[in-house]
Amino acid sequence: MKKKLVVIGNGMAAGHMLEELFDRGNTDYDVTIFGKEPRVNYNRMMLSPVLSGEKKYEEIIIHDEEWYKTNNVDLRTGVNISKIDRENKKVIDDDGNETSYDKLLIATGSYPFIIPVVGHKLKGVVSFRDLDDVDLMQEAANRGGKAIVIGGGLLGLEAAAGLQMQGMDVTVLHLMPTLMERQLDSAAAYLLEKEIEQRGIKVITRANTEKIIGDEHVEAIRLDDGRELEADLVVMAVGIRPEVKLAAEAGLMVNRGILASDHLQTSDPDILTVGECVEHGSECYGLVAPLYEMAKVIAANLDGDMSAKYTGSVTSTKLKVTGIDLFSIGDFAEDEGREGIILRDAAGGIYKRLILEDNKLVGAVLYGETGDSTWFTQLLREGTDISEMRETVIFGQNFQGGPPLDPMAAVAALPDEAEICGCNGVCKGKIVSAIKEKGLSSVDDVRVHTKASASCGTCTNLVEQLLSLSLGDSFNPNAPKPMCPCTPLEHGDVRRLIVAKELKSIPAVMQELEWETSCGCAKCRPALNYYLLSTWPGEYVDDNQSRFVNERLHANIQKDGTYSVVPRMWGGITSPEELRAIADVADKYKIPTVKVTGGQRIDLLGVKKEDLTDVWADLNNAGMISGHAYAKGLRTVKTCVGKDWCRFGTQDSTGLGIKLERTLWGSWTPAKVKLAVSGCPRNCSEATCKDVGVICVDSGYELHFGGAAGLDIKGTEILCNVTTEDEVMEYTTALIQLYREEGYYLERIYKWAKRVGFDRVREVIVDDEEQRKTLSKRFYHAQQFLQIDPWKEFVDGKDAHEFAPIKPIPLEAAQ
Amino acid sequence: MTKENNWVELCQLSEIPERGCRVVVTDEIKIAIFRTHTDDVYAIEDKCPHLGGALSEGIVHGAQVTCPLHNLVINLVNGEALGPEPMCVKSFDVKKEDGKVYLDLVPVKKEAA
Repeated sequence: MKKKLVVIGNGMAAGHMLEELFDRGNTDYDVTIFGKEPRVNYNRMMLSPVLSGEKKYEEIIIHDEEWYKTNNVDLRTGVNISKIDRENKKVIDDDGNETSYDKLLIATGSYPFIIPVVGHKLKGVVSFRDLDDVDLMQEAANRGGKAIVIGGGLLGLEAAAGLQMQGMDVTVLHLMPTLMERQLDSAAAYLLEKEIEQRGIKVITRANTEKIIGDEHVEAIRLDDGRELEADLVVMAVGIRPEVKLAAEAGLMVNRGILASDHLQTSDPDILTVGECVEHGSECYGLVAPLYEMAKVIAANLDGDMSAKYTGSVTSTKLKVTGIDLFSIGDFAEDEGREGIILRDAAGGIYKRLILEDNKLVGAVLYGETGDSTWFTQLLREGTDISEMRETVIFGQNFQGGPPLDPMAAVAALPDEAEICGCNGVCKGKIVSAIKEKGLSSVDDVRVHTKASASCGTCTNLVEQLLSLSLGDSFNPNAPKPMCPCTPLEHGDVRRLIVAKELKSIPAVMQELEWETSCGCAKCRPALNYYLLSTWPGEYVDDNQSRFVNERLHANIQKDGTYSVVPRMWGGITSPEELRAIADVADKYKIPTVKVTGGQRIDLLGVKKEDLTDVWADLNNAGMISGHAYAKGLRTVKTCVGKDWCRFGTQDSTGLGIKLERTLWGSWTPAKVKLAVSGCPRNCSEATCKDVGVICVDSGYELHFGGAAGLDIKGTEILCNVTTEDEVMEYTTALIQLYREEGYYLERIYKWAKRVGFDRVREVIVDDEEQRKTLSKRFYHAQQFLQIDPWKEFVDGKDAHEFAPIKPIPLEAAQ
Repeated sequence: MTKENNWVELCQLSEIPERGCRVVVTDEIKIAIFRTHTDDVYAIEDKCPHLGGALSEGIVHGAQVTCPLHNLVINLVNGEALGPEPMCVKSFDVKKEDGKVYLDLVPVKKEAA
């Protein structure tokens, strides 16, 4: 019979323990885990980037539902355990349900401390602890106004930066004279305060909150010196307290945290504890690395290896605010017998301080330049005697023993025991052997197999360097894929940052996101132009010089430098007049090839550049506009003849196709978009390999999406069934708008849907009426700026320079 | 520059779009005149050394242009391709003076490598 392991708390510590246990191949336990939050285990450290808009919730999930299923873990979310019955070895939840255990793991974590001043229960006063808090803060940020963050520690500053990026006017109140006084000395704190204020966040130190003012909702804060500050939102980030109530009531020994032995046993040997609720050797920890070390010990012990013991941790800190590099480790209090080494470059914003005791490193503070944090951490943990390199140690590892090394050589020189990922305690040897033994080839692979760089992500560079060292040239650093060589950022990061930082021009993006080239390249410029265009409709001015020639000239360049021209033919329907006009144009301009395309249009191939405007003028005169056959946008809507003619037709598929084309034309999308409408399931218009397809049936319309018949061949998946044409329009425009807002440049709908999940697309478009309607509305809003025939604009004289050479050069001048 | 230049006046700098290009056509050759985001001007033959694509239609970034046909990147300063194989297009001397652009129609001769 399997033993029953019950876990209270579904946070990072508990999740990591289970993972360690399963990694050992252990199947001795039936695991039940209770989580108070109504969701799976996510990376709490990444709440700050979620708040600032740089990440999404989906990206910070550590274990999805699938993981619990695969490992046979009975996950109970949204359930609060209110009592432990030690005598009968069971736990009882709020509703009185009982679950018995053989081993119990308490992982209740901590709760945010709320200063009990008058008004702390008003609406608009929140803590910064879980995703619900982040939701509340984002809602407040959407309304704008003033935010006050009480607490200038790690969490408070991350909250402040996030709210500021969301557009709020933010003030940080800090009781102590300097920010982050537990991790930073006053010099580094000064540089930090300066940097924070430069970003437009006000900092008030020595600020003691006397009361929070407001009737129902917070209105202001009064400090004890009488100052009053207006506030629409107050975030309390003054610290956390171990959550010990449940343990204490069960009669376990509790001090500040739950007292635990080196085996992380509580005073009841069948009850273990892990995480921020633990007190071990009079220390309580609030950072992830120690929790993971504890988790590892428990997993080993549960697996029968009692030699594993937890002996305490040295913690280090990094601030996760984009653009601020800050690191601290160990103890840096002034003391007799301690010496400091300081390097200060105020103009460069760099400050480093090392604290030595008996020629050993006991603490370090780095600000502005943190590249050597791994090395200092190692020196400190290993207690290395540094007397030999005392004079140069502050300059970092590269400076020791000879000329400076390149970063790759520095990583190569690290011993196998060197810790690469501080969050998850992964050393170099483990990563390198995993790369070799398991044939890993990307940072994502390494994350999956070793957890290195899976938490805060600051060691991603080191992991990449290890991959490149181990694999040589075969390492493909494209995953995670930077947009192009001009930036390390991925498409998704750039899209989010454009929104979060309200960047509205290509130069602004390149400045703010620290592009490495002054003018981008042919890969990033068209992508940025699209992102800006789709994010700020009506506001952003299209940058023609950032468009590929086809979109700049609204015709397709051919291999001989001529162009092809495709007039729009709504739904594939044409008329004798249109055909005559096309024939006339072909004659008049001696267009060598006239061809019917796969999308039911007529293509005029071999038009000389200087004839383009005249060709367009003639086509315009016959009532035709650009068919956008060149566009990352709507191309064609292919139709069959439908019930007007066909004996099997069930609906007006041609009419619906025309309606769709008239609504969607002109829109720019990440990649081309092709549609088709078939009048019956015989599917003559081949709707099931299009980006969006509609199959008419007796009862209405079957909507399809995510098909392809190009480089890849893929049948569509069903979105849903609807009954009216109006619904077809609403669902389709919403779907395309979602794709416009989320797709990466050049990513077709099927790739986008695969990346974000076909099910998620259905959830947003089908299950969530409100979102669908808003998306559809946003699509129509954008269309009012986009449905302009580009041919007519050229015919009317726009960008005439595009089509004419500079005045001809007389022959004599050329001699 | 060692040779004597024979300058031909082309146009105002403002007639060439920023990060863009205009073409000069003679009986023998098409020359693409580029203007960068820093208002520098460069002139190279409008013919990609790869498969003859019109470089004048490429996206201009820094002092480089990407050919629209197969994305070969050409250095505007000397006409050399930034690809795996050494390839080069003819380049020409250009200058701007008083807001006007002048071109020397005699190609810059590469010194023997």
